[in-house]
Amino acid sequence: MSTQPNFHVVTANALDTGDVVYLTGCDEWSPEILTAEFIDDTEHADFRLFVAQGQTRLVVDAHLAEVEITDNGPVPLTRREALRAQGPSVAAPQPHAIAAE
Amino acid sequence: MSQDFLATRNAQFRHQVARRLAGDLTEEEFKPLRLMNGVYLQLHAYMLRVAVPYGTLNADQLRALAHIADKWDRGYGHVTTRQNMQFNWPRLTDIPDMLDHLATVNLHAIQTSGNTIRNVTADPFAGAAADEIADPRPLAELIRLWSTDHPEFQFLGRKFKIAVSGATTDRAVLKAHDLAVRIRQNDGQIGYEVLIGGGLGRTPMVGQTLAEFLPQADLLPYLEAVLATYNLLGRRDNKYKARIKIAVHEHGLENLRDLVEIEFARRRPTFKGADQALLTQLEQQFALPVLPLRDAAPYYTARDADPGFRSFTDTNLAPHKRAGHAIVTVSLKPYGGTPGDITSDQMRILADLADRHAHSELRFTPEQNIVLPHVALADLPALYHGLLAAGLATANVGRASDIIACPGMDYCALATARSIPLAQDLSAMLHDTGLDGKLGKLGIKISGCINACAHHHLADIGILGLDRGGVETYQITLGGAPGDDMRVGTRTGPGFSADDIVPAIERLAQAHLVLRRDADEGFSATFDRVGMAPFKAALYPETTKISA
Repeated sequence: MSTQPNFHVVTANALDTGDVVYLTGCDEWSPEILTAEFIDDTEHADFRLFVAQGQTRLVVDAHLAEVEITDNGPVPLTRREALRAQGPSVAAPQPHAIAAE
Repeated sequence: MSQDFLATRNAQFRHQVARRLAGDLTEEEFKPLRLMNGVYLQLHAYMLRVAVPYGTLNADQLRALAHIADKWDRGYGHVTTRQNMQFNWPRLTDIPDMLDHLATVNLHAIQTSGNTIRNVTADPFAGAAADEIADPRPLAELIRLWSTDHPEFQFLGRKFKIAVSGATTDRAVLKAHDLAVRIRQNDGQIGYEVLIGGGLGRTPMVGQTLAEFLPQADLLPYLEAVLATYNLLGRRDNKYKARIKIAVHEHGLENLRDLVEIEFARRRPTFKGADQALLTQLEQQFALPVLPLRDAAPYYTARDADPGFRSFTDTNLAPHKRAGHAIVTVSLKPYGGTPGDITSDQMRILADLADRHAHSELRFTPEQNIVLPHVALADLPALYHGLLAAGLATANVGRASDIIACPGMDYCALATARSIPLAQDLSAMLHDTGLDGKLGKLGIKISGCINACAHHHLADIGILGLDRGGVETYQITLGGAPGDDMRVGTRTGPGFSADDIVPAIERLAQAHLVLRRDADEGFSATFDRVGMAPFKAALYPETTKISA
């Protein structure tokens, strides 16, 4: 699997829903990490974070997350960010799970 | 809690949410307001923590929680170790509606977060236990009414947790609380022992007795004196040193007691008996239902005929104060499942079963299960079949697979490792290997960070998940205990990776089977008798070989 140098994405939680969102290059917030703006310049990353932190009517807890771009797409480098990107690693109980033991 | 109070409070919060969404409140301004109403921001979403006062609720309240799960969440709720219910996926915009619906059944989320007096917890067998001196719920309700929205204690240095018990056996983890009240009887008189300074987290401490036997009328002014003393004395410079346990440690129990006594003398005259009149009223509200003695023959017949039923009754029943009745614990720990999760369908079925067989009463337990407190033995076969059909008849209460686990990093913003997948894997291993049945009673508790929400320090086998250089690592402690002889477990040594922790616990369990004197000797008793060394040898076989 080929890899490239690490990138940053700006991520946050949407204020109204709490959903995990990523800042795109078009200044929109997307639930898909695939559509995030991948930033390889530290100064630019700080600037984009500054922009995001100003959007307090849209998002909460804006921060930078480091990602590795792999053949399978962007992969956050910390488990916490990986879980934020993918959702919980355990399934929620399903209504149809009701059955005899 | 009065409907007017809840309506006013909910309207206030609805307005605060609207102002936040409109940009009239910053997040910094809004955060303490949402926390006061039980709203957290977790990894993936907001989380609403609903207070279930002293773990007690009725069937209609459980149905309301089911409705909330379906309408505004993802069809399930999660029972916590503080006898609350958490919803993991609400939208901020929906939370005011959720709170309004809760209010229709007299529930709320007030003071389930923030630096205030939190939801009061109690013995989950309250009002039913055979070893009960007095039902602790009237007192717990009095404390709840006193502490909710108490203007002096809305901005404490840190959160403050209170537990109450009225039984000779501690099932409320009293000594792990900031303050605990134990109902005692002395020469026929009811009075209260007050303990303070217990807590877990990064500095686990065992609660100590501050007052041996307070007269009933002195309790509220005494609690107020303790809180007022803590409010002034507790540290505010370091959140990790702000709990009352640190104040007790730094100032000494005797000094603290002297300060409390001074404050008590000042406050006692202001309590002129209204609290005691209210307590008398509350005692009537919590009266034991009429429990006529019925022929228990169907119970014994079913036990003989159905091994599944017999197994269920062996593990999931506790002695009731009335003959011909039992306390039934419904396990929320299906093998391989998430500890404490219950679907909305299961909530409704359980509510119906409670109506039919348990006088509509239920309790959430600190072990993340649900209790039906008053079930006639004659009704047990029908109840069991109802539970079985709903996937709620797992016969493992108190066993190793009755694992207590915090939400861990799958949900919690504070966690440093995942807890739930480990609980699921351990539970499946214990079931598949047959160890669950062989081990008998054994407590496993898994916390996903040092805050210790799952009380891992107090387990026979405690597991603490940490992040070590970006890798989940699980430390093990052995020999902890939660009850009257509460003690903190001892760390075994280096932690285990996520891949290695389940086999490690299996080795520990196998070692216990070999080391125990007989099937009645519990894990901690064996640990006390043989010490750490043989368990360490089982856990770290390679290290032991090298160093031998």
